[in-house]
Amino acid sequence: MQREIDKMEKTADTAAGRNGNVSVVAGTEGPEISFRGVTKRFGDLVAVDNLDLDIAKGQLVALLGKTGCGKSTMFNMISGLSAPTDGEVRVMGRNPFTEFDWYRGKMAIVFQSDRLLPWRTAVKNVEFGLESLGISRAERRERAMYWLEKLGLKGHENDYPHALSGGMRQRVSISRAFATDAELLLCDEPFSALDEMTSKRLRTEFARLVKENRKTAVFITHSIDEAFDIGDRIVVLKRPAEIAHDLKIEGEIGAAERERYRRMIHESLAA
Amino acid sequence: MSDATHGAVPANSPVLAFARRLFWIAAPFVLIAAVWQIASSFFPPFLFPSLIDVFERVVEIATTWSQFSSVLATALRILAGLAGAFLIGVVLGVAIYTSDIADRLLTPTLTFFQGIPALSWVVFAIIWFHGIEFRILFIMIMTTLPAFTFQVVGALRGMNKDLLEMVMSFRPSRGKYFSAMVLPAVLPEMLTAWKVNLGNASRVVVVAELVGSSGGVGFQLLQQQQLFDMAGALAWTLQLVFFVLLFQWLLSQFERVAFRYRAKSERR
Ligand SMILES: Nc1ncnc2c1ncn2[C@@H]1O[C@H](COP(=O)(O)OP(=O)(O)OP(=O)(O)O)[C@@H](O)[C@H]1O
Ligand SMILES: [Mg+2]
Repeated sequence: MQREIDKMEKTADTAAGRNGNVSVVAGTEGPEISFRGVTKRFGDLVAVDNLDLDIAKGQLVALLGKTGCGKSTMFNMISGLSAPTDGEVRVMGRNPFTEFDWYRGKMAIVFQSDRLLPWRTAVKNVEFGLESLGISRAERRERAMYWLEKLGLKGHENDYPHALSGGMRQRVSISRAFATDAELLLCDEPFSALDEMTSKRLRTEFARLVKENRKTAVFITHSIDEAFDIGDRIVVLKRPAEIAHDLKIEGEIGAAERERYRRMIHESLAA
Repeated sequence: MSDATHGAVPANSPVLAFARRLFWIAAPFVLIAAVWQIASSFFPPFLFPSLIDVFERVVEIATTWSQFSSVLATALRILAGLAGAFLIGVVLGVAIYTSDIADRLLTPTLTFFQGIPALSWVVFAIIWFHGIEFRILFIMIMTTLPAFTFQVVGALRGMNKDLLEMVMSFRPSRGKYFSAMVLPAVLPEMLTAWKVNLGNASRVVVVAELVGSSGGVGFQLLQQQQLFDMAGALAWTLQLVFFVLLFQWLLSQFERVAFRYRAKSERR
């Protein structure tokens, strides 16, 4: 499916450094996610280095970067699972680490690995995300089945994770996140364990879902194509996490320009 | 299984499978019994009584209420001791897992306790307390508490961090967190802990019953020793062993249902 992102327009190419994030959506509300001088260290290892980044509500941001550059670490700080060593992370105007419970139902994560509870069947795994939200048993089941079916898992709802293939498990974990209908979606390589066709179909669906429901989504990927396919903004990270490029993609750009971006991203990923 | 292709009965027939299972359950016991029976024909009965005598005594104990109540009393003492130690062990284990201070205070203390022989607890219990049942309970708890606590701590620390964070990311209530994550994650190790401690407790309980109890397998064993009655001693011992086997079997049945989600590799 050809999408509007084939028409791209560069608004912010900040190869020069990290202070070029000017892409906050106009309006009174602040950014949905903001990193201010964020550093994360693990002992001597610097995983994220003095990062500044704003992500506006309704944006679909693709995060590209070499393996080990700190992408998952950024996610952990956004989701409040870990605290920055230095600087400040704010999500929806609050501190996700200290105000952890406030975010119940407001964000959903597709982790890099499927992280299914081995003692629950596929459908019970999907339902788990809904159990904390005070949703009735019947509606939980209905929503869970809806998503499992949408992701092609009908007939496998009562299988335990060990009986599912890697890609099927990943789809269960996507269902689990989407079923919560959270306004912020964090996806860590959600489509990487899938074949090309399924992956393409799902990411198109994913982009449509995010746009239609005006959700904010950040998704990590190693595929430049995937980033171009669905992101309306592409953030390329150096190692340790520090912005190399920040491309805002909207409107029409030519094939030549797209190719130029691709080469540019390639170069910084190869560096 | 190399005998699978012989004979008219198909190798996968359920009857054959059942017979084979039964055979392997019985085989080790038949072996022990055979060795004993052979020995009994070479030695006087007060050393190696015939198994027929032993069997008669076993039946007698099981069918005479005044005697069987001793078995039940001992079984209840084992279970009460284990349940008490488990409950306290869970509380201490959670404390050690969640608090560094508790860890530094309790872990060395419990390790120290682990070095104290069961017989010493018997002596302490007799000096400190009056009630017989309370003495026994105290001994049972003190001897199994360290192991239970360490097993709880080990199970909690062994929880998968990735799964734990996934669960936390949905911001569950404490109750939900416990029932959906902690309980299923630690259950396998808890069951193993019960199995191991059951063995320990059944050995300690007979010692504990020497604190002046007038019933129970320990008391009965002491009687048989005074009478030099080997068949009786064996029969009482077997009653205790039967109880342990029965309880282990119950735990295994529970495991089979509770852990059916587990993957089994065809290679081991
Ligand atoms: N809990 C941790 N303890 C110590 N080091 C860690 C921890 N988590 C991450 N790191 C280190 O931080 C760096 C960034 O890790 P991170 O998982 O964020 O990378 P990533 O960008 O997600 O990589 P990938 O694309 O391979 O998933 C790595 O060098 C990793 O070794
Ligand atoms: Mg990662």
